[in-house]
Amino acid sequence: MHFNLQPIPMTATAVLPDQLGPLLHRITGDEKHAPSAHSTLDVLWVLYDRVLRISPETVDAPDRDRFLLSKGHGPAAYYAVLAAKGFFPERWLDDLGGWDSPLGHHPDRVRIPGVEVGTGSLGHGLGLGVGVALGLRAQGYSRTRTFVLLGDAELDEGSNHEGIAYAAATRLPITAIVIDNQSSTHGWPGGIAARFPGWDTSVVNGRDRDRLERVLEPRHDRPNLIVATVERKGS
Amino acid sequence: MMRESFIATTTELLDEDPRTALVLADISAESFAPARHRHPERVLNVGIREQLMASVAGGLALTGMRPYLHSYAPFAVDRAYEQLKLDLGHQDAGAVVVTIGGSYDASEEGYTHQSPGDVALLDTLEGWTIHVPGHHDEVPDMLRDAARHDDRVYVRLGVQENSRAHRDAGRLQALRRGKALVVAVGPMLDPVLEATTGLDVTVAYTNRPRPFDAEGLRALAGREVVLVEPYLAGTSAAAVSAALEGLPHRVLHLGVGRTEVRRYGSWRDHARAHGLDAPGLRASIVDFLG
Repeated sequence: MHFNLQPIPMTATAVLPDQLGPLLHRITGDEKHAPSAHSTLDVLWVLYDRVLRISPETVDAPDRDRFLLSKGHGPAAYYAVLAAKGFFPERWLDDLGGWDSPLGHHPDRVRIPGVEVGTGSLGHGLGLGVGVALGLRAQGYSRTRTFVLLGDAELDEGSNHEGIAYAAATRLPITAIVIDNQSSTHGWPGGIAARFPGWDTSVVNGRDRDRLERVLEPRHDRPNLIVATVERKGS
Repeated sequence: MMRESFIATTTELLDEDPRTALVLADISAESFAPARHRHPERVLNVGIREQLMASVAGGLALTGMRPYLHSYAPFAVDRAYEQLKLDLGHQDAGAVVVTIGGSYDASEEGYTHQSPGDVALLDTLEGWTIHVPGHHDEVPDMLRDAARHDDRVYVRLGVQENSRAHRDAGRLQALRRGKALVVAVGPMLDPVLEATTGLDVTVAYTNRPRPFDAEGLRALAGREVVLVEPYLAGTSAAAVSAALEGLPHRVLHLGVGRTEVRRYGSWRDHARAHGLDAPGLRASIVDFLG
């Protein structure tokens, strides 16, 4: 097991593809904050741009890669990336949370093409992801990968730890990404990776897209954790 | 006996239909060992992790499989309620939840292993079909029917059984004709038949209280209706009231009381304590009918 508990130096504000900034502004109406205010943005972009085998044409293909946003809070970056990749029209971004809008403050899989699970209540995505990975394995979709994105504060929910232990015990090929912006009230002394015994683990700069791609791309024959460290929440 | 029926039928379904998956949380894992040996990727024991059991079922369903999950009702429903609500219902996914230990079946284990409120909890959620078999021969059809679709199904297995099975009792079946209507759900039938001997009542039976057979109730009901359920008393009050809307009627709801019975003993002792044995039921029904 690889533990990298050294502090990760932060790069300056990441350069984003030109299109995401304006899309985020359309969602949030917020011109003041840079796109880097969104902790999940770079991980999501790398996943959808470079790693996941999924497109608007394959949202229902049984062997598509699965991405489950467990941390359903603050889905602006998720919506921006899905819109940029053509999963739904960009104009949907202009009415977040409106009566006629498919986009809420937490995503609903029934309303949004490409969204695999409806989340918001914390601690549900990993268990669902374990079930998805098991279902894919049982049906012989051996090339299909399952990714789940969580937040470091979300790990407070005990249900996660049921999934963490069982995935390790069954050598389940699933990739969990924990965005660590140090928002957990009591923190994780000893590091987040130490809470994932039996998993392959790596801790990387959550703003370094090339590094993210290098850890997200390889397949593992047991569960794989990537801790993506970003600026402290509110900093 | 119902549990054995469940194990035999589910084992057959696993052999017959590759869409079938079974998720366990240690309870009954030994009994499914042969099935697990044959289908290691579809018979999954997550350990003592009921939240995960329900979430895994949701995930399996999202990939097109038909998950059955199983534990004691207090753990599968009471404990994992939010997983049933969100990881099945909110995902628009289905599963078949099969429980033992509803109400006071686990009488010697105490209140931690009992769930009188499982059906009431599921009543707060959308789209659950609820089966409460009264005999082990009623169980296989319920499980097999559930394999043919993707909806949410609850099967509440109990230790108390009627002397004979009534299959196709989803809709109310009138077994005895008279003036007032007494509806018996699942294992309440035999005690109700005994309790109403010599009374001028219709006795109707159902082993599928949800969706409730409103049409059947309207057809059979006179002015007076008694509902006897093997779980929390009044669980079906809203369904009965909606079915009889606009009709003048009086209703008595009998079932398990809300007060915790801090005693052990057998299920028969608890049935007596809750007034759900034949003498207790007769006293309540006679008093109500006047």
